[in-house]
Amino acid sequence: MSDSQAVVPTSSHDDIHSPALRHHFATEEQQRDSSSLGMWIFLATEVMFFGGLFCAYLIYRHWYFGDFGAASKSINALLGGVNTAVLICSSLTVVLAIWAAQTARRGIMLAMLALTMLFGLTFLGIKGVEYKDKFEEHHVPGATFSFEKVPIPSHPDQYANPQHAQIFFALYFIMTGLHALHMVVGLGIFSWLFWAAWKGRFTPDYHTPLEIGGLYWHFVDIVWIYLFPLLYLIDRHP
Amino acid sequence: MATATVPQVEREDYLNKEYGIASWLLTTDHKRIALLYLISITFFFFIGGFFALLIRLELLTPGGDLVQADTYNKLFTMHGQVMVFFFLIPSIPAVLGNFLIPLMVGAKDLAFPRINLLSWYLYIIAGIMMMHCMLTGGVDTGWTFYTPFSTAFSNTKVIEAGLAIFVSGFSSILTGLNFVVTIHRMRAPGLTWSRLPLFVWAHYATSIIQILGTPVIAITLVLVVAERALHLGIFDPKLGGDPLLFQHLFWFYSHPAVYIMILPSMGVVTEIIPCFSRKRVFGYMFVALSSIAIAVFGFLVWAHHMFVAGISVYAALVFSILSYAVAVPSAVKVFNWTATLYKGSIHYDAPMLYAFGFVGLFTMGGLTGLFLAALGIDVHVTDTYFVIAHFHYIMVGGALMGYLGGMHYWWPKISGKLYPEGWARLAALIVFIGFNLTFFPQFVLGYLGMPRRYYQYPPEYQVLNVLSTAGATVLAVGYLLPMIYFLWSMRYGKPAPDNPWRAAGLEWTVQSPPTTFNFPEQPVVTWEAYNYDEIDRGYQEEAQVVR
Repeated sequence: MSDSQAVVPTSSHDDIHSPALRHHFATEEQQRDSSSLGMWIFLATEVMFFGGLFCAYLIYRHWYFGDFGAASKSINALLGGVNTAVLICSSLTVVLAIWAAQTARRGIMLAMLALTMLFGLTFLGIKGVEYKDKFEEHHVPGATFSFEKVPIPSHPDQYANPQHAQIFFALYFIMTGLHALHMVVGLGIFSWLFWAAWKGRFTPDYHTPLEIGGLYWHFVDIVWIYLFPLLYLIDRHP
Repeated sequence: MATATVPQVEREDYLNKEYGIASWLLTTDHKRIALLYLISITFFFFIGGFFALLIRLELLTPGGDLVQADTYNKLFTMHGQVMVFFFLIPSIPAVLGNFLIPLMVGAKDLAFPRINLLSWYLYIIAGIMMMHCMLTGGVDTGWTFYTPFSTAFSNTKVIEAGLAIFVSGFSSILTGLNFVVTIHRMRAPGLTWSRLPLFVWAHYATSIIQILGTPVIAITLVLVVAERALHLGIFDPKLGGDPLLFQHLFWFYSHPAVYIMILPSMGVVTEIIPCFSRKRVFGYMFVALSSIAIAVFGFLVWAHHMFVAGISVYAALVFSILSYAVAVPSAVKVFNWTATLYKGSIHYDAPMLYAFGFVGLFTMGGLTGLFLAALGIDVHVTDTYFVIAHFHYIMVGGALMGYLGGMHYWWPKISGKLYPEGWARLAALIVFIGFNLTFFPQFVLGYLGMPRRYYQYPPEYQVLNVLSTAGATVLAVGYLLPMIYFLWSMRYGKPAPDNPWRAAGLEWTVQSPPTTFNFPEQPVVTWEAYNYDEIDRGYQEEAQVVR
């Protein structure tokens, strides 16, 4: 994504072109298409990366459905729901920032980028609260893990198997943890985008980094859209 | 570029443009990065080779007399990990692919030059982690990290090795990403998909596997590391986890990884054979699409590594049939290479000798793969030396032969110097003989029942093991020779003309070695790939004019 950043060309160019065009591309269009395709391919690798986890999740959920339901019920679905809303809002602000860049509205672009980051930080803050709750309830897998005598939602006369619940929490922490890590990386990217926007790098003709960074942000949001029902809403019906 | 004269004044090229460490370590030139990779993977090749020699020395005698059993476990583990993740996977793509793809598609560089450099640094970081792991105790799980041994029982540095391979995976992903974007977006005007060199097609297929497969091994290693550190239970049957899930996830990458190693090599051979038989490649589109077919089918066969692991018989049946299906596109390639040779004007230069070696050894490796895809035979030979011999015929006889063939073929372009042809032919012969002497006896050993990964064996297996160890020694000589004469040629070799082989392809239209930005002006392609009939006619007419 930062590959489309301007550098001083090391070769002598006779033709005059935008300072954002790097030496090895013939046209700005070629450069934009390349950056965009590169990000899409990167997102394909991300799908496979999370895909391995989703595969593990689906197998164990199939095997240990009741235990997963009991464990899922112990997570605060309201906080997860609020976080889902926060992320959807952040996706909207990303799109608005790109629209503002396309229509040369600098103030709105900066405001929207700042709002996006604010939403991202809010998400991480709420996530932190959730993690703290889990830590206090001894639901973090490892030596101190405890999940005794928790009834299974669909069979209240039975207790969940703590070992199987531990697998749920292991997957919960790895999946949401990796997602949060992606959010942190996204915040880094958006800090850079904000700085570049502040410097006036982005114009209606050239705002590829915004689009590329936006693609990444949307992807991280979509991962959450899948994570939320899979982890928070198992067997929740009354 | 009609003449083969070498100018007297020194031209500026990518090698002599700048000097100094910084001009190399901070370069974004794909050709310099290729050389950085060349040096690093050669280093790891010799590390991995050193482990292999120790393994073969231990197996010279039936008793365990050279190393302890634990040490032996570490030796074959680290031999596998170094060779697979730090040599074979980066070998052709990161060196020859990096150097040649922009030249072959008529571009100034790869689409993302700085990401290209980043991928080398990730490789180096991973390599340092791996070296540190090996020097402070090593790993003994086998390169496959099978759970629950790796997560619950092994006392060695599993976490460190896992993280090293995790990091190296990202280097591989970024290389593949760069290639796909370059091939899609940076082709010269006129260079349609049906005119692309088949080397580029092969790398396109390879990149797809790198992009879609590598993230799965990355997340699998994350799970192994987390499981080992925290005892989560994900892969531990005692805690309700499923060790077979690990095998599925591991082989989902690690089987296609075999095609990451062999496809680029097939690409190299597909360049060499038309050039040295002066013929258009037979069935261009079939060869191109067979690469893609191998990449696609390669993703659907992973569980043939698990036939005896307790998967359902129906799953085994399906995976067995799909494994047979991969043989079809592979056979298409072999038949098309053979048909290209037919009535060709064949030249036995060193690259061609390696290409011949590749075709023969790959065919043997591939056909014995069919034995292993058969459910009944697989039960008999699973985890024996038959399997070892089979995949070494693919990875060493195939991938490495192609790599060496490609290094010889493009060495004049890379270094601007000619290697000594006589020595090179001798080395190709030594490698071929040494390879067969090393690994053919292992087929027999495996079929007779010698299991892999044991440091002792019954005395009746000794004769074949001695042959194998002797072969490994010959092979080592065969690998040392090219390194010596390549280095020698950099200083003393004759300057190479721009197109010493009268080969087709854009990379031969530029000077040897190329300039930093490859092409003085944007090339436009108006000819089909491998137009050797036209090229040779051009040379004949020129010769008549001179006369």
